[in-house]
Parts: sequence; structure tokens; C-alpha cells
Amino acid sequence: MTATRLKPGDTIDGFTVESVVPAGAMARVYRVSHPARRQFGMVLKQPRLGGDDAEFLLGFETELAILPALTGPHAPRFVTAGDLERAPYLVMEWVDGQPLAQELQRAPLPADEVAWFGALVADALHDLHRQDVIHLDLKPDNIVIRHSGIATLLDFGLAHHARFPDLHLEEQRFAAGSAPYVSPEQVLGVRGDARSDLFALGVVLYELATARLPFGVPRSMAGMRDRLWRMPIPPCVRVPSVPPWLQEIILRCLEPDPAARYPSAAQLAFALRHPESVAISQRGWRRTGPGLAEQAGRWWRARHIQPARKRLPNLLSGEAPIIMVALDAGNPDDPRHEALQRNAKLIFSAGDFRLVLVSVIPVDLERSESAQLRHRVWMRHWCDPLGLARNKISLHVLEAADPANALLDFARTNLVDLIVLGAPGPHEAPLGWWRSVASSVTALAHCSVHVVRVPTESRG
Amino acid sequence: MLALLSDIHANIAALEACLAHADAHGAKRYAFLGDLVGYNADVREVVQRVADYAEQGAIVLKGNHDEAVETSSAYLNDASRAAIDWARSQLSAEERRFLAELPLVHREDDLCLVHATVDHPERWHYLDSPAAAHRSMEAAACPYTFVGHVHEQRLYTEQQGRAHAFHPSPGTAIPVLRNRRRLAIVGTVGQPRDNNQAAGYCLFDAAQARVTFFRIPYDYRATAARIRAAGLPEALAYRIERGF
Repeated sequence: MTATRLKPGDTIDGFTVESVVPAGAMARVYRVSHPARRQFGMVLKQPRLGGDDAEFLLGFETELAILPALTGPHAPRFVTAGDLERAPYLVMEWVDGQPLAQELQRAPLPADEVAWFGALVADALHDLHRQDVIHLDLKPDNIVIRHSGIATLLDFGLAHHARFPDLHLEEQRFAAGSAPYVSPEQVLGVRGDARSDLFALGVVLYELATARLPFGVPRSMAGMRDRLWRMPIPPCVRVPSVPPWLQEIILRCLEPDPAARYPSAAQLAFALRHPESVAISQRGWRRTGPGLAEQAGRWWRARHIQPARKRLPNLLSGEAPIIMVALDAGNPDDPRHEALQRNAKLIFSAGDFRLVLVSVIPVDLERSESAQLRHRVWMRHWCDPLGLARNKISLHVLEAADPANALLDFARTNLVDLIVLGAPGPHEAPLGWWRSVASSVTALAHCSVHVVRVPTESRG
Repeated sequence: MLALLSDIHANIAALEACLAHADAHGAKRYAFLGDLVGYNADVREVVQRVADYAEQGAIVLKGNHDEAVETSSAYLNDASRAAIDWARSQLSAEERRFLAELPLVHREDDLCLVHATVDHPERWHYLDSPAAAHRSMEAAACPYTFVGHVHEQRLYTEQQGRAHAFHPSPGTAIPVLRNRRRLAIVGTVGQPRDNNQAAGYCLFDAAQARVTFFRIPYDYRATAARIRAAGLPEALAYRIERGF
């Protein structure tokens, strides 16, 4: 097998090399063109064959298996591959945009920029996890922000697909450049937990917010085990202007126990987009680093952590849904409110859900503030009987002329998995089903819709 | 596209469901990896159906239950032996000759097919460990090996001189490049044993280097009813109804 170095002007199986792209240690990357494929720019990736052939090829094989199975804008489109035994190469979409590594040069970035980038990457991770793939090598070099404002992830050589055999399970090695971002459970050999990607994103957020790495650059496996128990220096200690909500988000992502992090990328994206909804705990408020006694305590509690002998069950976003309930908070006497409460309770056996209550008010510059307050007070009153933890709920009042579109946009932007709303109520009923908010939302939503009806007296 | 069906065990409803599914999904060639008879009652229907496919060029191999029709079934338990006795009583001389003449192994290009194991196929070992899988891969000495006999679906991949097991998800097209040896246990059409009554089979796309495992629901109650009507042991009907 050969993977001879190419130069501009060379051709291989119909592809012409236009230029060489600076790339990492594992592969050579070239911009290429092909007369029959003009839809988008392309790159050709060759594994760098050297002393450790087996390892580089494993990454190449993994990307070759996984990339064609991915759809959507958050991964490069797969074009074709060369014969693995004769001339191995991968051709994929050239992702045009700004690598996040370049934004890092401006770090520390202000909180709202950190949150904006973070939400884009979380959106990408959500889409990936929904396709049963965990990236497992997330770092600034592997994130490109397209000009359209979408994050695309590169390099799937270490990725895990839940429904394919995983060649990396037997032996995992981490490239030096990846080590700072690797999650504690990956260090222990676990590759089936999607929350590992959230840890890596936490490291990236920390870096964007403070220009430092939370666990430094480990130079050995022993150094990598630090993250199993050590608490990083809180971001606001490094950069005092980091607000408590961002520190809360970052430190939650960096929790050694995956169950303590955000249960899904969508919920993390939601927190980054709605800082006011973040329930700040002690870790968000703290302004000093952990002392010796505290670190010792953490080390002591973590000492029993063993490498997993079996793969953990995949925890992908389907088990941690975001449920949006649309309430007509402007009509407190509406008979649907109680029915919605009952239905909400029925749905709440769904694991690590996040509940988002939304009400829509007409645009009215003069009275908007008091209307907002009134709606919030009422929504809080509505959800009290549900007895849910404060950090699982958030309230939003949207101002819009068209309630259906406002609800649809909000649901799409916030990666909602299920919309719950009432069938046309007494105020809307005269208009008929086809002109109601419920019918528009049901017809056009990107996700499932649960329409709640008040049981009528007679059974016909 | 090659459809691989194994351990049909005289279950015509399950067989028809899998054949219809395979046809709808582009199967152009068919391979039956043995155990056409045994356990269930639809002996003649299954043997005739598979013989028809054989006439059209399908690959058909012999399994231990097929062999037991002619030779000794002493090693089988009571219920199994009853089913073999039933098969013997149902089959015509020509059908028995068809079974008796089936080969144990089929090899072509990158492919090796066998009922139980590639090493010592006549011993009907269960391929139930990575070590056993590796022994078969070594004996096959080709990129793709397909077996039956074990009534569960598995995909083994060779890596660093050892075989690694994987539980496939039905319906997922799994990339299987030629550079590594793979061994697939295609599952059973006629007698699932994993508490899932659906029939199992496998589609192999050599051109795209992909293998897909399927579980196809069928009318297992009708199969169980025919087992009872034939006077076979109740335990065999119960197994079909429960899928274990």
C-alpha cells in the first residue's frame, strides 16, 4: 500500500490537487477539484504512513466508516474514498469558515461571545449525538465556524458510532494535542458516553473565557488522571469578569462524574443561550480556588473509581429531552390549564428532561414590562403543583404578533424535543381548527407535538 | 446483494417473511446455511422452497439437524429427536437425498460460508467465543465468513490477531472493509432464542462493503399451532411463542 506525498498539479483517480492544507500529525490534507463534482469545494485526506502505521490507519479506517453515515451541516460531507489497500484516501467537503483555534488567539473573550461559540458547538454535538455518534476528540483545531454561523466538526478518526463495531476499544492512545480535552471516563477506557463531548466542550469554553487550560497540558497518563478528581481553578479567579452563570456552566461541564454534567448537548446549548435560566450553585459563585483540604477530599472520594469493564450504555440525547409547554398565560381562567398540568405530569417520567414554559404576548411597547411580569408570575403559579426542581424549569415570555411562528422558531432554535400545548380554547374555538395556533404548530413543528384537550362532559 | 438465511428449522412462515423482505431490499443471490429441518413442523414446505432456490443457483449447506435425518440423532434431546423423527416421516426419498447431498462448506472469492465452524465443520461446534471466532477466521483465510448454528446475531472483527465481538443493531448497514477479517453469525430464521420472536437473517453488499442484520416479525402463533397439530412436543411450540 502506498500513500505517496502529493503536490499541486498531481492527479489521483480524477481528482486534481490544487494546494496543500496545513494539517495535523495523522494525515496529509490537500484542496482538490474534480471536473464532474462542482457542487462544493473538496479536500483529500491521506493517512500519514510512518513508524506507527497501525495507529494512523485505525483513525483513518474509523473516519472512513463513520463519515459517510453522517448527514447535516455539522460534519463534512463525504464524497468518496480510495481503495484502502491500494491507495488509501478520503475525499470530503472543504469546510469554509474560521477554525475556533483562531478565535482563541483573542482569548480571554467576553462572556457573551464565549456563550455564543459554545452554543454553536453544542448544537453541532446535539446533531451528532442524535445520529448515534460521539466525537471524542473535540478541540479548537477540530471546530470550524462557517460563515453561515454554524459550527462544523472535523476529524472523526477517534469517533464512536453506537451501531458500528469500535476499533478503538481495544487500545486507546491520545495524541498530545488532544490530551487537554479528554474526559475522565475516556482516560478510564469508556468510549460510549456522549457526555464526554460535553466535558471537552467545557475545556474549550474554559480556554475561550480565560486563555488557560483547566488541567494544563498533561505529559503522561498519570498527568491525565488528575481530571478524575482535581477541581480546576474557577474561571473567575483567572479572569474576574467571568460572570457566575458562565462559571457555573463551565464547571458543570468539567465535573468528573458524567452524571453531574448537563445530560445532553441540547440542554447545555439551552443554558448558554439563556443565562438567566441557569440555576447558579456554589460552584458558580465561588471566587477562590479549592484549598489543599478540599482537593485532598476530592482525591479521597475518587480513589475507588475503576475503569469500566463493560461499555456503559449510551446516553444520547433521546433520554434527556427538552419539553416545551406553551401556555396561554393571558387567560388565567382557561379550562385547559389544568388539563395541561395533568398531561405534563404524565410526560415527566422521561428521565433527565428540561421543562421550558413559554407564553406569547402581543407586541406592545408601552405595557410590555408589566405584561411580562404578570405572565411570569402566573406561569410560576401554574407549575408549582408539578413539584419540579427549580433547575429543571425556565420561563419565557415571547413578544410577537404571530404566536404560532414565535413558538415554532423558539422550539427550533432551542432544540426542543416535544411541544405540549392546548387544543383551541374558548377564545380561539370560533375560528376553527385550521386557523388555530395548535394546528399551525402541529403542522409545522420540527419535533413531536402533544395536543391536550379538555375532556368534554358527554361521551356522545 | 447476498441474502444469508440460516437455521430455518422447518418454519415456513418465518422463511417466507425473510425471503419477501430480502427480495424487497435488493437481494440478488441467496445462501442458506443449513438446519433446514428440526424443531418445527413445516418440513416439506421449507425443504421444497429451499430446493427451488437451489435450482435457481442459491447456495445451500448442510446443518447438524439435516445430517441427523440420515444418521444418528442420539445426541439430540428428546424434543429435538421427536422433531427429527417427524422430519424423517414427512420427507420423500428425493427430499432426503437432497438433504444428504448438501455440502458442508462453500467458498468463493472473498467469502466462506459454513453452518457451524470453518475449522472441523463436521463436529458442529458452537462458535461462542472470540477464540472460536478467530479459529474459524484463520481456517477460512478470507475477508468474510458467515456462519449459523448459534441462534444469535453477532459480528466479529479481527484486530491485532484477536477477534472482537459486536452485537449488531437490526437495520443498521455496518461498514465492513476488506482490510480486516470479519465473521458474521447471521442468526436464526426459525427459532430465535433471545426473547425476541422475530426471524433473523443478514444482507451482505460486497460492492459497498456493508453488512446489515435484520429481525423480521412473522406469524409465530400460526407456526406454534402447526407444531401442536403435528403432535410434536409442547415445549417446541412454547419456545416459538416465547422466542427463547
